[in-house]
Amino acid sequence: MELSVNSQALAYLASAILFIFALKGLTHPATARRGNMYGMLGMAIAIGATLMGAEVQSYGFIIAGVLAGAVIGGILAARIQMTAMPQLVAALHSFVGMAAVLVAIGTFLNKAAANALNPVLMGELSAGIIIGAITFTGSVIAFGKLQGLISGQPVKFAGQHALNAAIALATLALGVHFALTGSGWSLTLMTLLAFVLGVTLIIPIGGADMPVIISMLNSYSGWAAAATGFTLGNNLLIIVGALVGFSGAILSFIMCKAMNRSIFNVVFGGFGSGDGGGGDSAGAQAAAKGVKSASVEDAVYWMEDANKVIIVPGYGMAVSQAQHSVKELMELLNARGVEVKFAIHPVAGRMPGHMNVLLAEADIPYDAVQEMDEINPEFATADVCLVVGANDVVNPAAKTDKSSPIYGMPILEAGKARQVYFLKRSMRPGYSGVDNLLFYQDNTSLVFGDAKDTIEGMCTALKGGGH
Amino acid sequence: MSETLLAFYVFVLSCFIGYYVIWGVTPSLHTPLVALTNAISGIVIVGALLVTGLESAGTAAELMGFLAVLLASINVFGGFLVTHRMLSMFKKKAK
Repeated sequence: MELSVNSQALAYLASAILFIFALKGLTHPATARRGNMYGMLGMAIAIGATLMGAEVQSYGFIIAGVLAGAVIGGILAARIQMTAMPQLVAALHSFVGMAAVLVAIGTFLNKAAANALNPVLMGELSAGIIIGAITFTGSVIAFGKLQGLISGQPVKFAGQHALNAAIALATLALGVHFALTGSGWSLTLMTLLAFVLGVTLIIPIGGADMPVIISMLNSYSGWAAAATGFTLGNNLLIIVGALVGFSGAILSFIMCKAMNRSIFNVVFGGFGSGDGGGGDSAGAQAAAKGVKSASVEDAVYWMEDANKVIIVPGYGMAVSQAQHSVKELMELLNARGVEVKFAIHPVAGRMPGHMNVLLAEADIPYDAVQEMDEINPEFATADVCLVVGANDVVNPAAKTDKSSPIYGMPILEAGKARQVYFLKRSMRPGYSGVDNLLFYQDNTSLVFGDAKDTIEGMCTALKGGGH
Repeated sequence: MSETLLAFYVFVLSCFIGYYVIWGVTPSLHTPLVALTNAISGIVIVGALLVTGLESAGTAAELMGFLAVLLASINVFGGFLVTHRMLSMFKKKAK
C-alpha cells in the first residue's frame, strides 16, 4: 500500500496534534503518562506515514538502523540511573544534532545528484548543518562535564569572546558562500567550523550552570529539527522543531530567572570560582569562622518532637545518592506524627526538575514536594529545616548583601525555620564561591559528613527509640 | 505565496503553540519535559528515512542516511522509554 501525498500530509497533521497533546499532558503528574503515550503514537504515525509514502523505496538500511537504534535506546533507557539523567539527556541531544547534520548532507548529495539544488535550499541546508553541528559538539562537551570526563570548571582564556565571534562570523560567511555557489569546500569548512563553535561556546560554562545549558541545547535540538523541516519542505518537522525549540527556550528563561541572571550572563559570563577552601578538617575551619557544628543526635533530638520538618535537597543529595535514605527518614518521622515536606529550588541539581525525579524515584509522593513560591511562606512555621546538599539556593546574602554576586536571586527561606541543620561535607562555599550567611545564623548548625551516611545515622537514631 | 513562505507561516504559528503549551507544564515535571521533547525531536528520523529510502540515493547519501536513522532511533526509543520510566515513578500519597 502506498500513501498519496495528501493522505501522508493528513497523517502528519494527526501526528503533530498528538505531540501537542503529549506536551499538554505534562501539565500535571496525573495526566503525564497518557501524554507520553500520545507522543509515542504520534511518532509511530509519523514514521509509518513516511515509510508508506512514495519517496521511500529501499528499506534495507532503514530497518537495520531502526532496529539497532531501538536496541541501543531501549537499553540506555532501562539501565540509566536517575542521578545520571542529565548526562543521558545531553547524549540524546547530541544525537539529534548529529542526525540533523547527516540528513542535511545526505539531502545535499541526493539533490546534487538530481540537479535540484537552488540557493534557498542550500541556505536552509546551511542553517540545518550549523545548528545541528553546534548542538552536537556542544552536547558532547556538556556530557563530558556532567560525566566528569572533562573538568566541570569554566575554561576561560583571554580573547575567548573575540575568538567565538570570529568563528561564528566565518561559519556564517561560509554558509552564505555555499548557498550562493554550492561549493563543496565551503560546505565542508562550514561544517567543521560549526563543530568547533559548539565546543568553544560550551567549554567556558561551569558545571553548576548546567540547568541552563541543558535547556539551551534542548532548544537547539528543536531548532535543528525545524531547519531540517525547511530543507525537506516537511511541515511536521517544522511544527515539532518549533515546539521543542520553544520548550527549551522557555526552560532556559525559567532557569535564568531563578538565578537572577540573564542568558547572556550565563553564556558569556562564566561565573563560579569552584573550589573555595581546602577539604581539611571541616570542623576546625567551621569553628574558626564562628560556625556551630552539631552531631546527628542533636538534629534527631529536634526533629523527633517537631510538628513540621522541611527538607531542602540539592545537587549534593544526587552526588551521594541519598534520596532513598531521605525517604526512610521521612517515613520514620511520619510514623512519629511529624509532617515532612520538600522544598525545591528551580535550579537545584544539574537539570530542570532534577530533584523532583530523584525524590520520585525514592517513592516520595509528589504532593509532599513543593516549589519555591509555594513553600516559602511555610518555613516560618517549620520546626526544623534540613538542608541536604544545597547551598547557594538558601543563602540570605541573595536578599541582604547588595555586593554579593548572587544578590537578587530568589532563595528558599530556610533560615526562617526554628532550627536549621546543614548537611555538608566541608566548609566549601557553593558554586558561586560566595560564603553562605546562613551558616552564621544563631539557629543554624552544620552536620559534617557524607549526606547519605548522615541521614542513615539519623534513621538509626530514630529507630533506636526516644529519649 | 512561495512554499518557503508557507513553511515559515507554519513555523511561526507553531512557535506560538509551543509558547502557550510549555508555560502550562508543571515545574516538577521539567526533567520529563526535557526527556519527552528530546524524544519528540527524534522526529528528524522522518528526514533520515527520506534521505535513506530514496531509490536513486548514492552510497554516500545512503550511509549518511543510515547513521542518521540509527541516531534518531536511539533518541526516539530511548527518549520515550526513559520518559515513561520517570513518569511511572511520580506517585500521589497513598490514602
